[in-house]
Amino acid sequence: MNDLLLTGLLILIKLGMVLAVLLSMAAYLVLAERKILGRMQRRYGPNRVGFGGMLQPLADLIKLLTKEDFIPAQADKWLFMLAPGLAAVTALLAFAVVPFAPPLEIFGRQLPMVVCDLNVGILYFFGLSSLAVYGVALGGWASNSKYALLGALRAMGQMLSYELAMGLSIVPVILMARSFSLTEIVQAQASAPFALCNPVAFGIFFISALAESKRTPFDLPEAENELVAGYHTEYSGMRFGLFFVGEYLNLVVLGAIITSLFLGGWHGPFLPPIIWFLGKVLAVAFVFIWIRGTLPRLRYDQLMAFGWKILVPLALVNLLVTGGVLLWLGGAS
Amino acid sequence: MNLWRDIKGTFQPFWVTLRYLFKRPVTISYPEQKRTPPPRYRARMILTRDPEGEERCVACHLCSAACPVDCISMQAAEREDGRRQAAWFRINFARCIYCGLCAEACPTMAIQMSPEYELGNRDPLKLVWEKEDLLVDHGGKDPNYHFYRHSGIGVAAPRGGNDDELPPVNIKTNLP
Repeated sequence: MNDLLLTGLLILIKLGMVLAVLLSMAAYLVLAERKILGRMQRRYGPNRVGFGGMLQPLADLIKLLTKEDFIPAQADKWLFMLAPGLAAVTALLAFAVVPFAPPLEIFGRQLPMVVCDLNVGILYFFGLSSLAVYGVALGGWASNSKYALLGALRAMGQMLSYELAMGLSIVPVILMARSFSLTEIVQAQASAPFALCNPVAFGIFFISALAESKRTPFDLPEAENELVAGYHTEYSGMRFGLFFVGEYLNLVVLGAIITSLFLGGWHGPFLPPIIWFLGKVLAVAFVFIWIRGTLPRLRYDQLMAFGWKILVPLALVNLLVTGGVLLWLGGAS
Repeated sequence: MNLWRDIKGTFQPFWVTLRYLFKRPVTISYPEQKRTPPPRYRARMILTRDPEGEERCVACHLCSAACPVDCISMQAAEREDGRRQAAWFRINFARCIYCGLCAEACPTMAIQMSPEYELGNRDPLKLVWEKEDLLVDHGGKDPNYHFYRHSGIGVAAPRGGNDDELPPVNIKTNLP
């Protein structure tokens, strides 16, 4: 009984820490993005609240919480209220399968440093990332506004054009690791990260992840100069905040997934594994922000053409080549 | 060749943004650091005085007529020595767009733009400035200009008494 209690307590502590770290990372990524974008444009960025703007996320939170929660008159009320939660929760849940450190020994028992080590972790991540589009699509549909609807439509179309390439770019990874579980994929990269073994798959996955996170150059669902704010045009207060948090949670989660699938997860010399993992996630997030500061938005048809005419065939060829090479290597040994 | 240009055009900007990330920002942190505007910067208006220390404004209403947002109002009056002045003169800076048309319209160089730009206020009524607030004790951009020394109807100097004026013509000498 006591044993069970201790296990439960450890799991709860782990869950709480993961949630706290994830949410604060999302909050501070917003600040980091504003700061880095500011410096790239030769201005300071937010520096008023706290030391160097360090309390800006808190101020933003207070502002969002105290704002009016407005529901448009003709909106589909329940869907309208549900959609932002869907966007944030799917991003949070997707982190569940990401291993962030090797298993830890505490009080004589093994504590896996992953919220839930599913043996089909990748499929779970895919299911949730497809579900996340529903948050956007339902939000846009329920708002009863042309801009929101157009944004939602674009999100759907965008999802259709990158999700296939994304899935196909992961298959080589699964082939190389011989497992769907993210923990085992990370363990398979102990010698060399898959980004080096298969840079094409890494490139395709990275570009698809950019589209998945709805950031420049693929931020079509919320294209400001055409669609006001896209799918969250009609949202205000904390509901908009949930969309916003979901977006940045998604950034962290995608960084973590890229790290686990291609950058070798927690593996790295000298430093403790958790530091390596966090460092890699933050590096991926920085590259995302860097891309946002550099590239303009693509046109809608360009994204479609790029997804269907370049990424998907490239991913298919890459899959074929990887399979052939693995078969050849396997036959040789 | 075209593809090469496209690839270069995609990756070159990354180097630019990375370089700019480590450059000093060109902006200043406003309330702590303040930029000194050039002396002819056109912010709030002042009412200047002529070299003798008298008010230049003759309450001709040209500035309020030129004002596109109607933020200037005044009441004309005449002093005992015949000199025209504004009984009261009021500029509503909450409405002013700092276009400078009033200063352009002013025939006596009384109303001028000054570089003082910090008018931020929580109470809009405090932005309504009266003549006492607007009057300064200097001549502004052209301190030596004195309207009554060039023309006028014998207020500061007798008729025809100014340097660049001819004495009044005795119209009766031209009689046949």
